[in-house]
Amino acid sequence: MQNYLEFEKPLAEIEGKAAELRAMARQGEGVDVGNEAEALDKKAAAMLESLYKNLTPWQKCLVARHQDRPHCIDYINTLFTEYTPLAGDRNFADDLAVMGGLARFNDQPVMVIGHEKGNDTKSRIERNFGMARPEGYRKAIRLMDMADRFGIPVITLVDTQGAYPGKGAEERGQAEAIARSTEKCLQIGVPLLSIVIGEGGSGGAVAFATADRLAMLEHSIYSVISPEGCASILWKDGSFAQDAAEALRLTAQDLVKLGVADRIIQEPVGGAQRNAKQAINSVGLAIADMLKELTPLKPAELRKQRRQKYLNMGDKALVA
Amino acid sequence: MNWISNVVRPKINSLFSRRETPDNLWTKCEECGNMLFHRELTEALNTCPNCDHHMHITPRERFTALFDNGVFVEVDVPEPLADPLHFKDQKRYPDRMREARKKTNEKEAMLVAEGDLGGVKVVCAGQDFSFMGGSMGMYVGNAIIAAAERAVKLKAPLILFSAAGGARMQEGILSLMQMPRSTVAVEMVKDAGLPYIVVLTHPTTGGVTASYAMLGDIHIAEPNALICFAGPRVIEQTIREKLPEGFQRSEYLLDHGILDRVTHRTAMREELITITRMLTKKPPHVKGDLPAPTLEKPKAEDKAPEADKAASAEK
Repeated sequence: MQNYLEFEKPLAEIEGKAAELRAMARQGEGVDVGNEAEALDKKAAAMLESLYKNLTPWQKCLVARHQDRPHCIDYINTLFTEYTPLAGDRNFADDLAVMGGLARFNDQPVMVIGHEKGNDTKSRIERNFGMARPEGYRKAIRLMDMADRFGIPVITLVDTQGAYPGKGAEERGQAEAIARSTEKCLQIGVPLLSIVIGEGGSGGAVAFATADRLAMLEHSIYSVISPEGCASILWKDGSFAQDAAEALRLTAQDLVKLGVADRIIQEPVGGAQRNAKQAINSVGLAIADMLKELTPLKPAELRKQRRQKYLNMGDKALVA
Repeated sequence: MNWISNVVRPKINSLFSRRETPDNLWTKCEECGNMLFHRELTEALNTCPNCDHHMHITPRERFTALFDNGVFVEVDVPEPLADPLHFKDQKRYPDRMREARKKTNEKEAMLVAEGDLGGVKVVCAGQDFSFMGGSMGMYVGNAIIAAAERAVKLKAPLILFSAAGGARMQEGILSLMQMPRSTVAVEMVKDAGLPYIVVLTHPTTGGVTASYAMLGDIHIAEPNALICFAGPRVIEQTIREKLPEGFQRSEYLLDHGILDRVTHRTAMREELITITRMLTKKPPHVKGDLPAPTLEKPKAEDKAPEADKAASAEK
């Protein structure tokens, strides 16, 4: 069963009608609906394509947050073998909002780390909707350190609204944990590549996405603040979120122009949520590609290039 | 008519205007409500002598009080692209910038300077909360990088005074990218084996806290400063309960192991001198005009009069 977004309503109607016709035909009411249903299918396909070709930044936010999009766990299960989760920050707890562990990518050992939002009520609560607490970042720091010592590349999958605004998270030094995680990203001497698979929300995303190569899925977003948050501060009214989404330039397309993201990974027509397998496969190809680019580089060179990349950032403006 | 309007009126006006007093002689403390005379307030570096409330201070005022004899040289900061996103909310970003510049008489939200602090050359970066909430955009990132490069060149400690609402939304993702950028700057200082000291002042929040403000060798905060990643209002809305008194304030963070020290603004200079001199392996700082102590042992005859005195005292 397809979950439709608000802007997909007209599409839902057509697809619904086609399904209805087919159901009628199956019940054998003697009418030949084949042609009609096919025409509706064609119309729906055309509409889907044109809808997704011209998504507004706000619509992209909705797609990036779509509950049916493949999550970190789906990518890990499909693209990696021998995934061996490693838990805990060795200080306080294990944060389930952050998955991480050793795995093989095309037989090559890698460290994979990512935000996991969960896919039903129970797992969403367990995983705190993908909003990491300090322990999540500290676990990531520990795993990156380990990867660095053993010369294993690090792959991070970013999908979070942001850090968790909770009392305990603040008391246990959330800001420090994020700062240290970003610092660790800049210190390690192994390839670090990052893919924004859904939402890249502010500091919680930076802590993982400070990488040699940053790829973004076609309809993913990466932003300093959520459009809702930005609207409530600058417009003093959260309902201006659509305007804020426009102004923030948070789409993958704009981020490549600004030099923040390095590449865009194409999604299937209608977004990753309509064909998870294809989306995951494209991500796999991109990872292989980026790993190939980075593997020959020596630790000192990797560090130097990574730091230089961030020092240079900001010399590209968007055309008005 | 001419004579009256050209000569008499101005004379009368000037008589009265001379008696007018400037309206900023007295400031009311926001905390205890005491009226504070401007000279007293300036002397106490904008802290209330009555209740120790720390009010806003600009980086320029702070540096004047901080460096030896108030002497410092500004470090040039490379100018970033103006308004790379063509950002517009209810106002255009360039208009907001113009207003902020007019209001503060400063170019941007961070001032970088070098000078002597207790006889030790240091580089200082001070964030200006009065300039668009001190927000961290590309200029602030450039300023931190310039400060770090200067510190490495001079082999000098870097001291950073943070004060910001967070990242500058009007620069979108590029403001967020100042988190890794400023972290690279901190790494430069650390790789060079130089001290990096952060003084957290009210308020230090958001992406600023979650990057360069939390990466210091030493974290000192001014009393009762709000220091956090997510602000108290956001947290209250999320968890739907009242937060404890003093939550996310300096003393609370000290209790939770996030800060090294909480220090009154008027004691900050001495404390920074003590720390930087120790970390750079210099002898203790000598106040006043006394010559620096020598490590040579006093000679025998110098001791003699002392011994005599002691002997005579015993008699």
